[in-house]
Amino acid sequence: MTQIPEDHVLEPTTLTASAGAGDDSGSAVEGGLLEVRGVRRAFGAVVALDDVNLTIRDNEFFALLGPSGCGKTTLLRAIAGFEVIDSGEILLGGEDLHSSPPERRPVNLMFQSYALFPHMTVAKNIAYGLERERRPRAEVAERVATVMAAMQISELAKRRPSQLSGGQQQRVALARAIVKRPRLLLLDEPLSALDRQVRLEMRVELKRLQHEFGITFVMVTHDQEEALSMADRVAVMAAGRVQQLDTPVGLYRNPANLFVAGFVGASNLLVGVVRANTFDSEHFGSLPLPSNPKGVARGHLVLRPEDVRIVAPGEGHVQAVVSDVQFHGAATTVLATSSVPGAPMLVAMVTGLAQVTPGDRVGLHWDTGLVVEDALA
Amino acid sequence: MPAQKAHWQSRSRRRARAGLLGPGLLLMAVLSIAPLVLVIAYAFMTRGRFGGVVPGFSLDSWARVLEPIYLGVLWNSIVVATITTLLALAIGFPVAFVISRLPPQWRMVALVAVVLPFWTNFLIRTYAWVVLLNDVGPMNKGLAELGVISEPLGLLYSEPAVIIGLLYSYLPLMILPIYASLSSSEREIAEAASDLGARPWRVFRDVYIPLSVPGIILGGIFVFVPSIGNFVIPDLMGGGKSVLLGNVIRDQYLTARDWPFGSVLILVMLAILVALFAAQAVASRRLTGKLTR
Repeated sequence: MTQIPEDHVLEPTTLTASAGAGDDSGSAVEGGLLEVRGVRRAFGAVVALDDVNLTIRDNEFFALLGPSGCGKTTLLRAIAGFEVIDSGEILLGGEDLHSSPPERRPVNLMFQSYALFPHMTVAKNIAYGLERERRPRAEVAERVATVMAAMQISELAKRRPSQLSGGQQQRVALARAIVKRPRLLLLDEPLSALDRQVRLEMRVELKRLQHEFGITFVMVTHDQEEALSMADRVAVMAAGRVQQLDTPVGLYRNPANLFVAGFVGASNLLVGVVRANTFDSEHFGSLPLPSNPKGVARGHLVLRPEDVRIVAPGEGHVQAVVSDVQFHGAATTVLATSSVPGAPMLVAMVTGLAQVTPGDRVGLHWDTGLVVEDALA
Repeated sequence: MPAQKAHWQSRSRRRARAGLLGPGLLLMAVLSIAPLVLVIAYAFMTRGRFGGVVPGFSLDSWARVLEPIYLGVLWNSIVVATITTLLALAIGFPVAFVISRLPPQWRMVALVAVVLPFWTNFLIRTYAWVVLLNDVGPMNKGLAELGVISEPLGLLYSEPAVIIGLLYSYLPLMILPIYASLSSSEREIAEAASDLGARPWRVFRDVYIPLSVPGIILGGIFVFVPSIGNFVIPDLMGGGKSVLLGNVIRDQYLTARDWPFGSVLILVMLAILVALFAAQAVASRRLTGKLTR
């Protein structure tokens, strides 16, 4: 696959567009810790998982990203053993998990609700999994103490879950799962119950722990920012299928279809048809299209806001009037409306301050752009 | 000032809330507290010749409680109510557990089936048992025809018959609170236990039983309390052989016309129940580790 032509300075693009291109999903990649092959699961008429294929590598931070109802949680629960699959197979280290009940899988799940044992102290909660393995008492005590120290919750040992804050409960839930040293740690929306400040801290913390303990993490989330900022690789899911499996940069720079383009990051999405070297936009007429690597005939032109430049009126590809300017500190977002009826508002992001104010006439220019299919995978 | 305004609003809202609660509280006071005050007053008065009370302070009735015959009745009542409660737990817990694991639409059906007997008149239900357990009733006849028994079991008019009657009447009061304690967030906690390596039996022991203890205690009280005070079932199914506290109280008011002594017995029963509720509150707080604010 060729990557999107560009003039902006985003070096990782070049690297990952090729690294992410033609990537795994099902193929027998060496170092695949978990293989999900042709997994299907339906609840009555509702198909939650529809021929899902993916490979999770040893030691990576993997995210399952998608809107609610896309099947990501069902997949996570199927890996943990709480959901029976109708067909397909889930292999962990080459071994089919199908016949193992949850308690025998070397996989642990951190529940969205944390599901701490309310009648046990924090230390007892964390020790529970090791006691089930019949570890010697001294070993249990030592491992519990170690993990509590790593999670900075040692002083909470004697408390009950109801006496903890949300962030503390989350650390306990994580410690309880990590102390078992699972081959795979599954996290169901791990940050969703936390308030913003704690959430941002925990993003860093989770990555640190993943590194420190050397455990493969699989996180389910509906928050694209979370997935992009934390995961090594992300599987974007919709309608029970994997739409794209790629690195965060790969997803952003080279979305597989309209759904991924719209779900991951902000975009200007212009509907239209591809001609020889142009894109015939329904609203903005013929626009230059230097390349069309996906060979799409009709679909949407994806323009990331930072690729759109503001130029003098009369210049650029589209003429518009600035309708709003939002200052974010490091960058400024400019919203511009064209006079074409029904045309979408265009978003440009400039670093630092924008030299325009609402009401200004401007031209919008870009040198890059990717056309994607509308249809889901 | 916004702060002042908020304060004023909250006070007026509090006043409005008190106003709305007023009629209910008044009704409670009239229907529940006033009779209780009367009972307490009667307990310290002298009996009237044809029932009622004669003013004049007396502790005579209190001394009578300690007579062996009444201590015996009290003890017997506690034994019968305890056996009923334990049997209700033995049957009710598995039923509640199974219902909590049913798919949602069947859960509703099962719960309706559990409370269905409550929609029938209590007396009619009890008479139905009299008919059923009768020496010439369907159960004895059926067993005799099958050759299992050669003569009627004589189940009716015995202590076991009373326990069967009480158990049948109050079993739903055991099932419902246990069901409520099992059906909330316990499923995910149980999943967490099995995810951490607990086998099904272990999950049951470590999660379902401890977390349903508040429901078990509540259900126990719900069954024990009406069992110890019931007088209809011992009358109809015990044949007067089994005298429970409820019968004695009823007799004091309606037959013996000794209202002060009846009142004393009521207060004794009330004391037992208050002690039970206090124990329940302490136990469930300790077991679930919940903090009261």
